[in-house]
Amino acid sequence: MAPIPGRPAASPRPGCRSRGVPGRELVAPTVVAILGALAYLAFPDDLAFFTRIIVAALFVMSLDLVVGYCGVATLGHAVLYGAGAYAAGILCVDGLTDPLLLIAAGSVAGVVAGLVTALVILRAHGLPQLVLSIAVVQLAYEAANKARDITGGSDGLSGISPGPVFGLFEFDLWGRTAYVLALVLLIATLVVLRRVVRSPFGLLCRGIKQDPDRIRAIGGTIYGNLVKMYALSGAVAGLAGGLTAVTTGVVGLDSVSFEWSAEALVMLVLGGAGTLYGALVGAVVFTGFEHYVAAVDPYHWLFVVGALLIGVVLALPAGLGSLAAWLRRLLPQGAP
Amino acid sequence: MTGACGLDVVGLTAGYGDTCVIEDVTFTVPARGRVGVLGRNGVGKTTLLATLVGLTRRHAGRIWLGGNEITLMPTSRRARAGLGYVPQTRDVFRSLTVEENLRVGLKGRPVSALDEAYALFPRLYERRRHFASQLSGGEQQMLATARAILGQPSVLLLDEPLEGLAPVICDELMRSLDALSAKAGMTLVLVEQQIERALDFVETVMILDRGRIAWSGVAADLRRRDDVIETYLSIPHRH
Repeated sequence: MAPIPGRPAASPRPGCRSRGVPGRELVAPTVVAILGALAYLAFPDDLAFFTRIIVAALFVMSLDLVVGYCGVATLGHAVLYGAGAYAAGILCVDGLTDPLLLIAAGSVAGVVAGLVTALVILRAHGLPQLVLSIAVVQLAYEAANKARDITGGSDGLSGISPGPVFGLFEFDLWGRTAYVLALVLLIATLVVLRRVVRSPFGLLCRGIKQDPDRIRAIGGTIYGNLVKMYALSGAVAGLAGGLTAVTTGVVGLDSVSFEWSAEALVMLVLGGAGTLYGALVGAVVFTGFEHYVAAVDPYHWLFVVGALLIGVVLALPAGLGSLAAWLRRLLPQGAP
Repeated sequence: MTGACGLDVVGLTAGYGDTCVIEDVTFTVPARGRVGVLGRNGVGKTTLLATLVGLTRRHAGRIWLGGNEITLMPTSRRARAGLGYVPQTRDVFRSLTVEENLRVGLKGRPVSALDEAYALFPRLYERRRHFASQLSGGEQQMLATARAILGQPSVLLLDEPLEGLAPVICDELMRSLDALSAKAGMTLVLVEQQIERALDFVETVMILDRGRIAWSGVAADLRRRDDVIETYLSIPHRH
């Protein structure tokens, strides 16, 4: 359509359309980088634990893409993560030792698993979709268990010894290389995903979550776009899986379990769905809580985690990520 | 734009489930034409538009858009074929900002295309960073219309766009629709309850009654037909 002439008075100036403040998109990844660097310096003995948190954050962000942005109900997301972990682990045992290639292979495996999962579970909606996702993860779990010659079954896949990153940085006993690699991948993923969710494709997916009929009426397809987002989610989940295989050297059946899927969903709800940062916050708080509270009281820590969840869901239904907005509302008008 | 084209409907019968709301509706909208669909509440005006975009159950009849039959196409393909639809409920995506709502409607067009929407509805440019849930009813209507036109439809279906709007907003919206039709050459089908405003805008009118076309003709003729207006539109006397 040609632009409508004749409305000069109120028409926007050419080129002054809103695209956000330049560099604003980099604020959050920069904050994550600074916090990550501070954690590296302040807690050098806990780097392996922090790496585990980053892996969880990547996995929960991938879950956020389909749950928070597309409204897909799933409790089987570990299939995508497990595919990445096993792909990287098996390739490493078979002789491929470049850690970046292994992680990339994990990501590709995650995409394939995402596409296969999407073909099954996106055919249904709501509760049937949830049940299908559980069935898919249970099947994947059993398949991994039965294929013990390849996966190690319930003993887990061990003997994963990746070479140095870029041929220079060996994976050391203190987990420094693993942590830096994980942090860089987290920041890069965050930058990419922020762009994706704000792109017309990402907005279309959010539209699908809110009103699929309206998306159809403006010419958008539902299934195709959800499958695309699922594949992207698989890439991120597979990357997280590949990263854990490379950094820990083992892949267990728990990486493709219903429990891991459910735990990720809990982290997402805790942090807040549909924001990416919520996934980050949820992963940090849940994994941190699990780590420290379980150390203090190994028998009753789940009670505390349960109480935290109930408290957050009741007080902050949009998750801990919404805490900043909630605090802002509490401040008196005009407060700095 | 997909190119100016008209709409041909023959023997359309449709409804929800087994219930037929519209029956044997036949009409033609010429390319670049403006057609008003009038009638009392519950006569099937909204169902007619929803059927044209494929959101109801069609029992019989065929639909052509610019010579291409779209009868069996799903809603998304009809939209891509050039059929735009702004529903009565102004279904904007409430959790997205104005600009994000518009970007959803770009369908692969460059972001610079948003200028078209802002030129047509300058108010949306002022409110581009606001969430759609924060807009007034009129602004939501503008947003829904702007999002539809960004898809460059050749035929735009508008379901009661003026409902619940303040008179000054109605004027603003109608001026924009006038520009769309006159300068961009878009074919418009307007369902409206505000008879006078509709007659000022459209060239031809069809009146629905109990799901069937009860009267159709030129808008100027309807102004002189008090008997038709009284029978089908519940307006006893006009001054």
